[in-house]
Amino acid sequence: MTRQLLTDNVYLTYVPSEKFKTSFLSAQMVMPLASRTAGLNALLVNVLSRGTARCPDMDALGRELDMLYGARLDPAVRRKGENQIFGFVASCIDDKYLSGGEKLLEPLTELMGEMLCSPALQDGRLNPAYVESEQANLIDLIRSDVNDKRAYAARRLREEMFAGEPFGVNRLGAAGDVEAITPEQLDRHYRAILPQVRLELFYCGSASAERAAAAYRRALAGLPRSGGLDAAVTSRRAAPAQPRLVTEELDVTQGKLCIGYRTDSPDEHASIVANAMFGGSSNSKLFLNVREKLSLCYYAGSSYDREKGALMVSSGIEFANYDQAMAEIAAQLAAIQRGDWEDWEFTGAKSYLLNNFRSMEDFASSLESYLLFQAVSGSKETLGELMEAVEAVTPERVMEAARAIRPDTIYFLKGKETQE
Amino acid sequence: MIVKEYPRLGEKIYRHRLSNGLEVVVASKPRHARSYAFFATRYGGMDLRFQLDGRWLDTPAGIAHYLEHKMFDTKEGNVLQEFAKNGAYDNAFTSNAITAYHVECTEHFYENLRLLLSFVSVPYFTDESVEKEQGIIAQEIRMTEDDPDWRVYADLMESLYEDSPVRVPVAGTVESIRQITPQTLYDCHKAFYTPSNMILVCVGNLDPEQVVRTAEEILPKESGPVIARDYGQEKSLLPVRQESRRTMEVAMPMFLAGYKCALEESGDAHLRQSIIGDLACDVLFGDSSPLYTRLYAEGAINGSLGGNFDLLPGAAYLYVGGDAKDPRYVFDAITAQARRLGQEGIDGSFYEQIRRASYGQMIRSLNSFENIAVSMTEGYFRRFDYYHFPEVFASVTKADVEAFLRENVTEERAALSIIDPAQ
Repeated sequence: MTRQLLTDNVYLTYVPSEKFKTSFLSAQMVMPLASRTAGLNALLVNVLSRGTARCPDMDALGRELDMLYGARLDPAVRRKGENQIFGFVASCIDDKYLSGGEKLLEPLTELMGEMLCSPALQDGRLNPAYVESEQANLIDLIRSDVNDKRAYAARRLREEMFAGEPFGVNRLGAAGDVEAITPEQLDRHYRAILPQVRLELFYCGSASAERAAAAYRRALAGLPRSGGLDAAVTSRRAAPAQPRLVTEELDVTQGKLCIGYRTDSPDEHASIVANAMFGGSSNSKLFLNVREKLSLCYYAGSSYDREKGALMVSSGIEFANYDQAMAEIAAQLAAIQRGDWEDWEFTGAKSYLLNNFRSMEDFASSLESYLLFQAVSGSKETLGELMEAVEAVTPERVMEAARAIRPDTIYFLKGKETQE
Repeated sequence: MIVKEYPRLGEKIYRHRLSNGLEVVVASKPRHARSYAFFATRYGGMDLRFQLDGRWLDTPAGIAHYLEHKMFDTKEGNVLQEFAKNGAYDNAFTSNAITAYHVECTEHFYENLRLLLSFVSVPYFTDESVEKEQGIIAQEIRMTEDDPDWRVYADLMESLYEDSPVRVPVAGTVESIRQITPQTLYDCHKAFYTPSNMILVCVGNLDPEQVVRTAEEILPKESGPVIARDYGQEKSLLPVRQESRRTMEVAMPMFLAGYKCALEESGDAHLRQSIIGDLACDVLFGDSSPLYTRLYAEGAINGSLGGNFDLLPGAAYLYVGGDAKDPRYVFDAITAQARRLGQEGIDGSFYEQIRRASYGQMIRSLNSFENIAVSMTEGYFRRFDYYHFPEVFASVTKADVEAFLRENVTEERAALSIIDPAQ
């Protein structure tokens, strides 16, 4: 793996690999997550992906990608800590599976560069028809998580718990903010950020580093540069003395109980292990006890955000089981805090994590997001170092880290009163 | 042991049939960190009526899925913990025609393989454990019943099929699973979890001889008989009803349309038909098709429109769906476009474009260990070699795809399932 500065504020991460059938490419812009710009940035990449000066509509773009043997080029909007990462991810089958000796890397990189630097314009501006249609789609997408009550409940907890912090901003922006964007405003935003924004490029595949760098250099020859914008440093806050309860009613048959915790523990590696033991693996205490042993819920799990110091529990329960589930989730956390576990739970959680980290090398997309997130957070820790650090975590450190985990907000989604 | 290289795919396959009838396949991936084992039986949600020890048994809907859940119980406790100790990730799924158990790890592969083979081949059920599972599965069923994607599919299957068990949800219903007892589970295990009805596919940087030795050591020496099954008498290619509608909490209306198709049950003809069906989907409503781009530009659909061609025992259908403000309008447009393509033909350069994209997609799918294992399994149960797809693909012509659309994707064969948003 190498990482190089390609040009002003533009970095290329290169990972050579022979094991995939495909090459994986990515070009991502990085900006601090903020409610003012989140919707603009999300809308922007969706509009840019509608067409370029050379391939101005979906027919032309689709034809270009199909002729590159079903290459993919899609907009992506992600969040890492309190940063928003938005751009394009692309992939194409490796040249060696083509009998005619065709090359796919160069034309695909070229198309990605065009998408960023020379979009389809009308009267010198981003095509207003594309802006309007992508705006409608984005609003639908933001609202559609109500279809998936699990995702909806997790989002609602986030919004409530992190209100007023960048972390609480939806990576796609708020539906109302997106609705208010005009084509002129989006065009101005695009022209304002393009020269300044930090750009993270990625290549994983069988091509040489020189070939990948040359392809990107040529594709981005038209990128204006005048430096300036960098990533934000994620902030942390303490949990309140008493957790806050938020209850909501919708027409559902199964309840969702989500609990958000904060931790100020500086021992992130022990917190990673604590989370895996608590609810972060399929053999965690929440899964084995709350789900399997007590049949209290269909699913129960947790995730830990290392940068933010946030741990989020998500579960699906019968409405009537609320008190019992609350008590049981708290009891499982308390068990970790006092070291009440069997030895295999501790070693199993570690091997689960190490297995996941090792497996990342088998997925170009996992490598891309891991290395991209490292670059954005400014961490220099390699995958190997992360594995060593997790391996070195002791039971005492897990207990100590778990004791720093405090409940902040409880979100309960239940059925409407009218139904039984 | 048969060793076969597929130079066009850059793949190498080892195959061996054990004396007990189990097919063992090892797909070599020498550069990967992960190893994967996939142990599958030709038994799924559709296998409700079958013959055991000379008599016909009718089993409750959802039993294959229920059995899958219960297999994780062993005399010693729950096997999940054993895998957890090795840092392995294990899971299982039940589809219409297959139940599969799989484990993925980066260490202790042969230990994990042993565990996998033994917990799947040795049943252990008690009255208490079977009853306790009812709570968990009833929750799972209720959760899927809240899921509009599941609902729109279940409604469509009920509209399309009259007698085929494909119309019954794989997980069954809260009522049907109440009839399940330890004895019915033992019967089903005995009938279907027998070596000659199963396949073991391993993918990774592995020693094929050691995989075979491990399977020989753990599994029974003998296999049970081949079981006769009854997939019902689906007499007609016409649907039972042409439209169903219901209201749920969704942001905008969603729909799923299905077209009943004639089917090839097995062999290369089966593989060929599945390739033709996939090409037909891409040509008709794929992301780069004229119809898709027109509907998208009109705002009639969003990026969620998609579909596929499914080939199951005794049933085949092409389906397409997604969010749409006016589902009937989108459905009519799709059916009309199929008629046009079937009658007037597909544009030659557009067909070449779709052909390339589709081939690229098949190559791409070999990145996934699970795709490889599922394809190998379907190929074995349906008697074709999946890695022959480049040759079979080359034999498919534009006229084949046109004929497929003309015959199958018609108004008469279609049913439409719609979910409207609650107000």
